[in-house]
Order: sequence, then structure tokens, then C-alpha cells
Amino acid sequence: MFYREAGDFKTSYAADNQTFPIAFDRYRYYIVLLIGLGVIPFVITDYWANAILIPFLIYAIAAIGLNILTGYCGQVSLGTGGFMAVGAFTSYKLMTAFPGLDMVTITLLSGAMTAMVGVAFGLPSLRIKGFYLAVATLAAQFFLVWLFNKVPWFYNYSASGQISAPERTLFGIAVTGPNAEAWAKYLFCFAFVFVLAWIARNLTRGSIGRQWMAIRDMDIAAEIIGVNPLKAKLTAFAVSSFYVGISGALLFTVYLGAAEVGEAYGIIKSFLVLFMIIIGGLGSIFGAFAGAAFMVILPVALRNFFAGSLGWDPALATHFEFVIVGALIMFFLIVEPHGLARLWSLAKEKLRLWPFPH
Amino acid sequence: MKKLATFAVAGVMAAGPALADLVIPDLHYRTGPYAAGGIPFSDGYQDYFNLLNARDGGIGGETVRIVSCETAYNTERGVECYESTKGEGALVYQPLSTGITYQLIPRATADGIPLHTMGYGRTSAANGDVFSHVFNYPANYWDAASVIINQLLEENGGSLEGKTITLLYHNSAYGREPIRTLETLSEMHGFELSQLAVDHPGQEQGNQWLTIRRERPDYVVMWGWGVMNQVAVQEAINTRFPMENFIGNWWAGADHDVAQAGADAAGYRALNMNRLGDMPVFDEIRTHVHEAGLAAGDGTNVGSVLYTRGMYAAMLAAEAIRTAQEIHGVAAITPAMMRDGMEALEITNARMEELGMPMIGPEFAVSCEDHGGTGMAIMTQWNGTEWVTLTDFIAPDDSVTQPLIEEDSAQFAAENNISSQCGES
Repeated sequence: MFYREAGDFKTSYAADNQTFPIAFDRYRYYIVLLIGLGVIPFVITDYWANAILIPFLIYAIAAIGLNILTGYCGQVSLGTGGFMAVGAFTSYKLMTAFPGLDMVTITLLSGAMTAMVGVAFGLPSLRIKGFYLAVATLAAQFFLVWLFNKVPWFYNYSASGQISAPERTLFGIAVTGPNAEAWAKYLFCFAFVFVLAWIARNLTRGSIGRQWMAIRDMDIAAEIIGVNPLKAKLTAFAVSSFYVGISGALLFTVYLGAAEVGEAYGIIKSFLVLFMIIIGGLGSIFGAFAGAAFMVILPVALRNFFAGSLGWDPALATHFEFVIVGALIMFFLIVEPHGLARLWSLAKEKLRLWPFPH
Repeated sequence: MKKLATFAVAGVMAAGPALADLVIPDLHYRTGPYAAGGIPFSDGYQDYFNLLNARDGGIGGETVRIVSCETAYNTERGVECYESTKGEGALVYQPLSTGITYQLIPRATADGIPLHTMGYGRTSAANGDVFSHVFNYPANYWDAASVIINQLLEENGGSLEGKTITLLYHNSAYGREPIRTLETLSEMHGFELSQLAVDHPGQEQGNQWLTIRRERPDYVVMWGWGVMNQVAVQEAINTRFPMENFIGNWWAGADHDVAQAGADAAGYRALNMNRLGDMPVFDEIRTHVHEAGLAAGDGTNVGSVLYTRGMYAAMLAAEAIRTAQEIHGVAAITPAMMRDGMEALEITNARMEELGMPMIGPEFAVSCEDHGGTGMAIMTQWNGTEWVTLTDFIAPDDSVTQPLIEEDSAQFAAENNISSQCGES
């Protein structure tokens, strides 16, 4: 009815090219932003921040990052956990070596460092593809975790190899450490997610995104029409690792506060983020958010429902949570192999044809 | 998504407003690769509080309310559990995971809730001058390392010169804790230390045991947890390593770790921070808790190594609550009062006898500076069917561990701008 282009006249190319061409979508987007910025910070509690929203936002960044590499450029990566660890340890070293540095600089530098490491491990992608590349990135995962375990310099020679985030501020307000307020941590992550998602969306719509997609769809054809595979693949690795690094840094500094590389950034994390983009939808920014929500919020919601509302035994609730999340993953992938993003766009198609969808 | 959000809200709402009980959160893990150790500990922890409720009507007239939350030994879940339970007036956290402990130390300190990490967690938290809300009495990892070496010294006529000792450890914060102490001790006593890390969850140890077979160390010391222990014991049998020279710490010496190997594992030794064997309190638990249908688990774990330790942990918490009630003169204590109670805790043989668990642990007293207890432990041995106690409580070498604790806690204090918590006295 109101979800259609009709009547929404565009008078410039810029308006015609905008991300949300349908007015309803645009307003929905503004409303989400308004709620995220204007409502949630005022009502957020420690539990909502630390157990639900902050992990969701942080994993959304990681999922966008991996989606750029795997979804848009077609390079399978199993090294996400390792790259997140690079971000985390860079943050830790910067935080402890330069106590005066503000958190935005630290986080961006962590991303930049991860981008460099990502490019280094992306070099094999010029020669190998598909499963073979997956194995090469898997090697990156194990190598990086081993490195951060092995070299005590990275964890400042602490007895246990644990790194702990000291309190650091932005504009005089603590965003890391135990005394940081829930709203400050939330807004800090929200700002990163907003800017990074906005950049990612526009990168993928521009010439560089088209190069990535050309490489993904058929690299030989892309090369023939003039796409430089070296540039396209390495920029994808760099941008993707930048995102993943920022997410790993935030995971350590803002969310966990203390981390241990094998546990927090192990192979499980690589798979988790990969599942997020597969369930959310490859090659879609919305899919990254949907996948992160599915993998982060759903288990917590199920647990609260079973153990909290129904009063089940927590161990039983945990077992059921595995069963239900697993079954839902299979269900979604059978019903819609292209992920939640595809379901979302199908729903939008139908809405546009409403009241006579076919 | 909207629906999920309502579920989540419903969950938080159902958790409800704080009632005037003594709230004890139990962050247990009854699922995952570490459940074998998590279940008996949690059973013992909950059963003891249930016993106090059923028999004495709680502590000082206040009933204890246990709020349990499943962490699966995962740090992110541990954080979620902490955040979801702290609002209910939680008095003390006992996460039974070194990884989760590291997450909770800054959070709990900021929220003013004490943390009792009994024989695990951050060793340097024994320095109460820096870690105001963290307690790791009665013993810590560095004590354990020192106790093992002291025992070996005694067996070898006071000298370990030229001996080789291999540390087989869980490749996590937990497993790495003793390395520094063992390195210091190896310089002091002249033994050669080699380290073999086993990655989570610990089922893959072929390589490590191949190295052990090749190098034939005099002793293998293990810092293991979960399935890693069972696998290591089996691998040691397969490698034909002399079992009496294979020594676990107190998290690697439970019944389920060796029961599967049975008689083949006879001779395997492990430390323990509490005594084993039958105690009057178990009968009380059976009558008041299990027969009343209040058991936390299926009731089969009573008297097992980790059950006893969980019960011991609950006893220490209950005694701290009692001490806090005496200090402040109120029955419904707050976490801040609980902290005072833990800091003034004194455990005597007479009191343990009175509670139906005679000599379960060493006598110790906590002070503002010393949150670590005596650090003493006993050596136990698996005889093929059960654990038998070999020694009395062995004291660690404080001259080795104390400087290390000072050094590590000073670093933490510097990184986090913590000033002295105990004043000049």
C-alpha cells in the first residue's frame, strides 16, 4: 500500500542512487537510528548492554568485515578469530604503552594493524582459491593464536597470558574498564557500527565493490574486462581485516575487559562469524546484522525464556538451546539457502505487490 | 525479532525484584567438555546451602536463595550470567573457572561484590592490599606448585638436582599460572623443567605423550581440567609411564578422572586442598536434602572429591556470612558486609568439627593483606578403586610464592591505578 516507489519522485541522480530508494525504507532506517541513539542509551541497563546489545553490535562489525571478504569478494576465510586477536592485542599493547591515547585512535590503529596482517595472509589468495584458500586462512588462525600464546611480550609478561583492559576514556568519559557506564559503552560501539556499516554499504556500491563482485562471480572474466585481481583481492583482505580487527579490539576492550587468546579468539570464533554471514546472507550488509542477531541474541533469549520464564533447570535449558538453535539453522538454510537477507528482500518484494502478491 | 525481545524481557522480569534473602549465585557448568568436574562441585555447593536451609532455617535466621546460571565454562556466558544475577543482591561469586574469574575481577570489584576463587583464578589476588574484593583462600596455584615440589624434595632426600620435571598443562590462563613459580623453583633446586601445553578441550595429547616417552622425565606434573585429565591418565598408561611419578594438581585428581582407567591408573597422585573420606555432614545431607527431594543433582556424587570441595566452598561462604552477621549485627547482609565477613573469616578445627566436617581443611585466618589462606595441601593417591590420603597438610614455600605475588599484584595495581586498600597499618 505505502511500501512502493509510486509517488516518490526523484529529481536528481543522487536521490535516484540512494541506498533506500523507497520512502518507507528510508523512514524505517531513520527510526531505527533514532531508537538506537535517542531511546536505548537512556533506558539501557548493565544486563542489556553487556549481555545483549554490545556483543550484538561487535559481532555485527565482524560479520560485515567477513561479508566483505567472503560475501562480496568470494574469498573464503577461516582466519577471523586470529585477525580479531590481532586487533585485541594491538589495542592492549597501545593501551598499556600509551595511557594517554583516546579509545577511538586506539581502536582505529588496531584495525589498521589488522589490515596489514590481513593483507600479508591474503597474499596466497592470488594463487589459490576456494577450499585451498580456506586452509591457508585456517593456518593464519592457528599461527596467530599460537603467536600470541608463545611470545610473552604481547601480554606484557603476565603470569597467565591473560590480557586485561585498563580504564580508558573518550572525551573524559570511561568507555573501557569496570567503571564505564553501560550507555557510554553502548554508544561507543554504536558509533563504530554506524560509521563502519555506512562505509561498507557505500564501498560495496561503488567501483571497488563492483570489482570485488566481479572477482567473486568469475575471476578470469573479471581480469579480461580489466579488473586487477591483485588490487581487488588485497583491498578486500585489507578492508575486511580492518573491520574484523576493530571488532576484535572492541570485543576485548569494551565487552570482555579481559581475554585469553585461545579461548576468546579460537577457531570457534572464526566459525561463529562464518555462520553469521551464511545464515544472515552472503553479500548483504543487512545480512550481517541479521546473522549477528541470530547467533548472539537468539541463544540468550532462549535461555532466558526456558530458564527464566519457564523455570527449567539451567543445564537442561542449555541443552535445549543447542538443539533449537541448531534446528533453526538447518530450517533456515533449507527453506532459504541465501539466508535471512534473502527472506527479508522476498518479504519486501511481496509488500510492494501487496495486496496481490504472487 | 520483536517476539524474541519480549521473551528476553519476560526472562529478565521473571528473574524478579530482589527479595530479602541471602542470595548465592551458582555459576555452574553442567554442559560441555568440563561438565564432569562442574557437576559434582555444583552439587556439593548447592546441597550444603540446601542443608542449611532445611536443617537450620538458613544462616542466622535468613534463608539462602541459590540463583543458578549455566556458563558452560565459557567466558562470554560467564559475563552474561554475572550481569543477569548481580542485580538480585548476590553476596559472593564462585565461578569455578580461571578464565571467568579474570573477567569478573574488575567488574565485581567495581560493583562491590566479593569473589571467592578457591584454589583457582588469579593467584596474585591473594594480596588483599591490591585486590580488595577477591579472595582465593585456602590455597592458590603457586602454593600448589610449591607443595608438589616440596613433596618431591622430601621423597628425594632434599635435593632435586639433575632431575627432570615436565609440566603438562591446559593451554589457558589456568594451566599457565604455575609456570612462573615452577621456573623459579627449578632455578632454586636445580631441576630441569620442560613445558608441554595441551590445547582446549584436551583430547589431543598424542604428541605431548610422545615427547614424554622420548624424554623420559623423572616426574610429570599436570595442570589439567575436564576431559584432559582422563585422556592424560589413559595416555600415561599407554606410554607405560610410572604412575606414581605422575602428579596432578587439585583440579586433576577427581574420581571421574581416573575411574575409567580403574586399576591401570593405580599409583597416580594428585594434590587436594581438602580432606576426603566419610564425614558426619554427608549423612545430614542425605537425610535433610536428598531424602527431602531437594538434591541439586542426581545425588550420586555425595562424598566424591569435587563434591566435597564444592561443599567445602559452600561452608567457607556460609561461615563468612555468619561472620559478617556477627560483625554488623544484622541477619540480611549486603555484599559489602559479606566482604567484611570474608576478610574477618577464621576457620578453626573446633568449628569444622562442629559443622560435621572435621579437619576438612587447614586452619586459617583471613586478613586485609592476606586473602590467600595458608596454601597447604595434602597429597592423595588413586589405589585403583578410590583416592587415599598419603600425607598430612604440606606447607608451600612462602619465600618463593610471596615475592611473585607481590610482583604480579604490583604490576596489576600500576596498570589499573589501584592504591593500597589496607592503609598504612
